[in-house]
Amino acid sequence: MTSQRHVAVVGGSLAGLRSAEQLRALGHIGPITVFSAEAHLPYNRPPLSKEALRESDSATAEELAARLAFRRRSSVSNVDFRLGEPVASADLRNRRLTVKSGAAIEYDLLVVATGLRPRRLAVPGPERGRHVLRTVADCLGLRTALRPGARAVVVGGGFIGCEAAATLRSLGHDVTVVEPAGPPMQRVLGTDMAAAVQGHLAAAGIDFVIGTGVECFTGDGVVTGVTLGTGETLAADVVVEAIGSVCNTEWLGGQGLDLSDGVLTDNRLAVAGTTDVVAVGDVARFPNPLFDDVPRRVEHWSIPTDTAKRAAATLLGTPDDTPFAPIPAFWSNQFDLRLQSYGSPALADEIQLEEGTLDDLTGGVIATYHRGQRHVGTVAVNALPAHHRELREAFTATAVPA
Amino acid sequence: MRITVDLAKCQDHGQCAIAAPLVFTMNDDGKLEYIGNPDDSERDNVEEAADVCPAQAIFIEV
Repeated sequence: MTSQRHVAVVGGSLAGLRSAEQLRALGHIGPITVFSAEAHLPYNRPPLSKEALRESDSATAEELAARLAFRRRSSVSNVDFRLGEPVASADLRNRRLTVKSGAAIEYDLLVVATGLRPRRLAVPGPERGRHVLRTVADCLGLRTALRPGARAVVVGGGFIGCEAAATLRSLGHDVTVVEPAGPPMQRVLGTDMAAAVQGHLAAAGIDFVIGTGVECFTGDGVVTGVTLGTGETLAADVVVEAIGSVCNTEWLGGQGLDLSDGVLTDNRLAVAGTTDVVAVGDVARFPNPLFDDVPRRVEHWSIPTDTAKRAAATLLGTPDDTPFAPIPAFWSNQFDLRLQSYGSPALADEIQLEEGTLDDLTGGVIATYHRGQRHVGTVAVNALPAHHRELREAFTATAVPA
Repeated sequence: MRITVDLAKCQDHGQCAIAAPLVFTMNDDGKLEYIGNPDDSERDNVEEAADVCPAQAIFIEV
């Protein structure tokens, strides 16, 4: 019976949860099993570089995960969450998964929601004292390592690196951000806005070393210093590596899929070359007609929810002829700045300042990002929340193809 | 339907006001105002608002 088909969702974070909810919302009453590498029900990750790192009221990973747990719709109360049970491999032809313990699970329909893990620096030196921020365990590990007065080096000037740096600085630590490419968050914000944000963060006491990378870590068994390409060594009690991420797709290897960057899908999130597999969240590489026909992964917070909705319809065969054109959105809090992004500013070749001045970010700045005359993104810094609706709608109005 | 917002969690991101503008609004001071017992016809929008709340501060009671 079609309605009793077993859906396996591989990955138990936001995209996996939303997929299960959307399958139920579309009337799927059959069994759904969610396989999660983590030992916790799905939780919200953005606080891990901000308030969860700052506050000390959750002593264990369990407490922190419970505090950050996503609201789950009651429709998923009969979904089987297999926590701490990562899928090791898949046999798509025979619709069979093998979990880490060796057990085999048959499915009828498959949702790929395995997301990302932090990329690590591949340089010589001790391992201890090096942290990443992706899980509640990572967050607690870093928080626990922060003795009063600890000096922190954050490697990577992206959003997570800058958020972590701001949080550590607000806790009173000496913080240096090392970024080879240019001013922080430049790839998304563009040079001028990035330079302005750097100025603001520097004024709040964060040191920046721009234009050089990490050669090695020094220390006997535990990191005490970070040696840079310039030869300089920064003293460090803790290191945070925030240099991007790696897609968790190894379990799909050997199946003939395009895994060159995440999992290639069509516009409806159907995994290329399959009829019964969809991909959702950070790991899905799909074309978005808001921009062009180039498939891209989008590591923005809004994407798991958006992709889950469409992928559930695709998987269940619910007819939907409208193109899938989600507006990516994310935010970042750094000291007294709140950055809000709509669209894909990283695609832009031209940036227009619409409101405010880069000399005074806290006073509110809005910039629009364009590629070949087309509006592809908007970044607002400290814009009044009441403006967000019009910012998002203005983006839709000008960016959606006719 | 009945909803509550944990105002200690709410960070005034305003995303709920995009998803369910008849239920959630951001006032001129940038603070959230909302209707605690919206019409049931707003349920889908409110579910959406709860989903997209970055602070996960919206709770649907019934």
